[in-house]
Amino acid sequence: MRLNFLPAYELKNMLQKREISSEDIASQCLKATERLQGKLNAYIYFDKEHMLSQARAADAYLKEICGSFNKKDGKYFDFTGIPVAVKDNICTKDIKTTCASKILSDYVPVYDATVIQRLKSQKYVLSGKLNMDEFAMGSSNENSAFGPVKNPWDTERVPGGSSGGPAAAVAAGLVPCSLGSDTGGSIRQPASLCGVVGLKPTYGLVSRYGLVAFASSLDQIGPITRNVTDSANLLSAICGWDEYDSTSINGGLHDYCQFLYDNIKGLKIGVPQELMSGGVDAAIKESVNGVLKLAESMGAVVEMTSLPSFEYALSVYYIIAPSEASSNLSRFDGVRYGYRNRDATSLRSMYRSTRAEGFGPEVKRRIMIGTYCLSSGYYDAYYEKAQRVRTLIINDFKKAFGKYDVLISPSSPTTAFKIGEKSDDPLSMYMSDICTIPVNLAGLPAISIPSGLSENNLPIGVQIIADTLREDLIFKTAYSLEKAINFNKLPVHLYEQ
Amino acid sequence: MSSEKNNLKNSSYTDSSYETIIGLETHVELATNTKMFCGCALSFGAEPNSKTCPVCLGMPGTLPVINKRAVEFAVKIAIALHCKINSYSIFHRKNYFYPDMPKNYQISQYDYPLGSSGYLDVNMGDYTRRIGITRVHMEEDTGKLIHTGSSGRISESDSSIVDFNRAGTPLIEIVTEPDIKSPAEAKEYLVALRTLLLYLDVSDCSMEQGSLRCDANISIKKAGSQGMGVKTEIKNLNSFRFLQRGLEYEEQRQAALIENGEKVMQQTRHYDHITDSTKALRSKEEAHDYRYFPDPDLVPVFMDDDMVEGIKSSIPELPSAKIERYKSGFGLPEADSRFLASDKNTAAYFESCAALCKKDRLKSVSNWIIGDFTALLNKASISISSAKIKPSGLCSLIDMIESGKISIRSAKSVFEEMFNSGKEPQEIVKGKDMEQISDGSVLEKIIDDVINKNPSVVEQYKSGKEKAIGFLIGQVMAATKGKANPALVNEILIKRLKLNP
Repeated sequence: MRLNFLPAYELKNMLQKREISSEDIASQCLKATERLQGKLNAYIYFDKEHMLSQARAADAYLKEICGSFNKKDGKYFDFTGIPVAVKDNICTKDIKTTCASKILSDYVPVYDATVIQRLKSQKYVLSGKLNMDEFAMGSSNENSAFGPVKNPWDTERVPGGSSGGPAAAVAAGLVPCSLGSDTGGSIRQPASLCGVVGLKPTYGLVSRYGLVAFASSLDQIGPITRNVTDSANLLSAICGWDEYDSTSINGGLHDYCQFLYDNIKGLKIGVPQELMSGGVDAAIKESVNGVLKLAESMGAVVEMTSLPSFEYALSVYYIIAPSEASSNLSRFDGVRYGYRNRDATSLRSMYRSTRAEGFGPEVKRRIMIGTYCLSSGYYDAYYEKAQRVRTLIINDFKKAFGKYDVLISPSSPTTAFKIGEKSDDPLSMYMSDICTIPVNLAGLPAISIPSGLSENNLPIGVQIIADTLREDLIFKTAYSLEKAINFNKLPVHLYEQ
Repeated sequence: MSSEKNNLKNSSYTDSSYETIIGLETHVELATNTKMFCGCALSFGAEPNSKTCPVCLGMPGTLPVINKRAVEFAVKIAIALHCKINSYSIFHRKNYFYPDMPKNYQISQYDYPLGSSGYLDVNMGDYTRRIGITRVHMEEDTGKLIHTGSSGRISESDSSIVDFNRAGTPLIEIVTEPDIKSPAEAKEYLVALRTLLLYLDVSDCSMEQGSLRCDANISIKKAGSQGMGVKTEIKNLNSFRFLQRGLEYEEQRQAALIENGEKVMQQTRHYDHITDSTKALRSKEEAHDYRYFPDPDLVPVFMDDDMVEGIKSSIPELPSAKIERYKSGFGLPEADSRFLASDKNTAAYFESCAALCKKDRLKSVSNWIIGDFTALLNKASISISSAKIKPSGLCSLIDMIESGKISIRSAKSVFEEMFNSGKEPQEIVKGKDMEQISDGSVLEKIIDDVINKNPSVVEQYKSGKEKAIGFLIGQVMAATKGKANPALVNEILIKRLKLNP
């Protein structure tokens, strides 16, 4: 039995019954990782001894509470002893957090992100830190100072981005689940390209404290898993109000498991025609249509609808996100931490050379775009106007959710593309996120679940979007469709040498 | 530098030929327990970088959370300056690179400040100037840089070190309208503002330690001409005196340029109190583009009427109201009222006395506070609130004077001893045999003795030289070691001299 391919919820049951130990799980995950790290480059950091010692500590805890069922505090958490891999832009105390950037290549945080604190309180096992696009800027995971991540289904191809590491690691069975971050689709698009489940929660449902900011008004941490149940459990573990994040929502739910039931009878599904247009591969449209037919057969009502402002979403995003990024990334200056050019002879030259050498080209491009958009004389024409159009997009969603319970669309306009295929054409790369970006601009929850494989054996994902804090509808729909689609495929050929 | 200064002294700026327009930007560090956006304690003089955390160090991934108390303090200030409290205000990021700023942006407010459109009335002796307050907004302070080398400037130093203890300290910026017409008014504005802030108990307002800082914008134009002159911004005006001196210098410098047919350049200038002159720091072209935009990490501050009313009710009686009350309620002269109300502690002291004294003695209380008391306090450089003389002691002393138990002259030395020892006046008087002699029969004997001993002076008096009586009074006072009641001595002497032809 390969423990590293089992769902987290099953591992939890087996741990409870003491059929296996956390150390067993960790060992098998480590074995898989050691075998495939060279092929996939999913991890930036993993430490065998550290992982095993966490697993042994979890085992000791499990042993201790095993004999104390009557005690109130004897509690099994969903992630006690379960390995979780974490994207390398989420701060882990005493463990390097690089954002896949040279400028933070040796940076060791002095504190844990809130999501890490919450998982630690469950005695989870951190399997390591995952590769990504530098500062989460990218859709292919090619913009990493530590080299690109390969798609487990076809190692010639990209895993998507920016959470390429988290999606690839989960798809390849290196770890049952991971945490990614999603600013314009960075969880859902790679989940789609790797054939796994990726959830972007409602903005504010999960604390951003400790997530190295890319675009503060859009960033959100979320789970990447191989099934919807694990997604609901992992969200339950990390969500909830945090006094260290002013934008966190006070009043979210804490147990999303209760919405995992197989019934979408009467569910009203809207399909935005803008996301089923010419820009989307025919095979993907076909796959999504297949899912919609399944939904209808299960009693859901499916209707085409229009959200006309979606046309502007990409432009709006590429003004707002770089503007916020240009300010967020100004703290990386070589003064207090991170990379510094030590040969510089003046303050200005130190700033200039540190940042010129420390940041990769895509990050620099976005800093320049953002700096330009915020400059005096351009602010009104770009940033201010983009914020107005953002409101139009929010209003379009509001209107749609007056009529529909959920919206369904493709997660990505294409399946995984070849490494290097789009890296010289930023605009076509930016198009990878057309299906996911509107959701971030409106702060809504959305999930990507696998809907099938293309002709050339590449995963396709379908996106389910709901209104603010309606994760309940997302999970109900995703759970029902997951069962009906019965995708159930993993790139096990990777292990066949 | 000094030659330039001398030239300026001969320039033709006079009050009548030019008009001056000044606007001030004042920064006030709030005396909250913790910083603006994190839980670190505020401190002055603590071990460098000991009062810091990931948030105020701008570590990756950290987020700011607004200090509620700082907002309350800011609202207090805005209310006291008669500002409109905006029900919706937001924080912006002011972006620029400097190593004393952990995030390379400062969280500040921009087009939605907390308070706007207020004023402060400034008394200039013979007139009052109402100075408009454009805005009151909240922001965070930076850290402190220390540069090695003698110049103290970053560009010429071998290395620089930075202390982030101050980074994130809550700051309030108060911006005036260009309503200030002279350097003297600017100074008085800052004095009045400082008084107000001390009353509100929101800051130590120490210009020396930098918890009250002021930048000035100044332009001049030919009297009666239309429009505005080109302004310069003066920095480093870190005392009341330097504020006035720096602006006076700048008036002269701008006038000299205009007189010579040159143009005033829009610049930021640095005041150097050693040379008593200003030096250009940067021109308008070199000015930063701060790329202000709303900080997406923070949520708007909503202020409803109940919150504003709640904060309003916590504001104590302010100097302007006190002055009115001292005048109309206590019958004190304007000048006395202003003096007493000019310092929160002095006013509190005076009001404690007022609660103990009869109303007709309040002028005496005022005289004592303004005169001897202040002189002694200044000499000892302590505040009235830490003086050993308690209001009850001062009132007892005044009682003793008014009831004739002690002479004014003795009272002065008693007061000084009270100041030094904290003893009650009765105790001092008893111990030192200083009680005033107001017993007529005792005095008559002494007076007769003096008359007998000074026949020639008596003769002069009788021949019409009435001033001669002063010598005789002096002799009586000397004989009683100053304890004789002078009014009674005078009265008895005249009677005696007339009786004994």
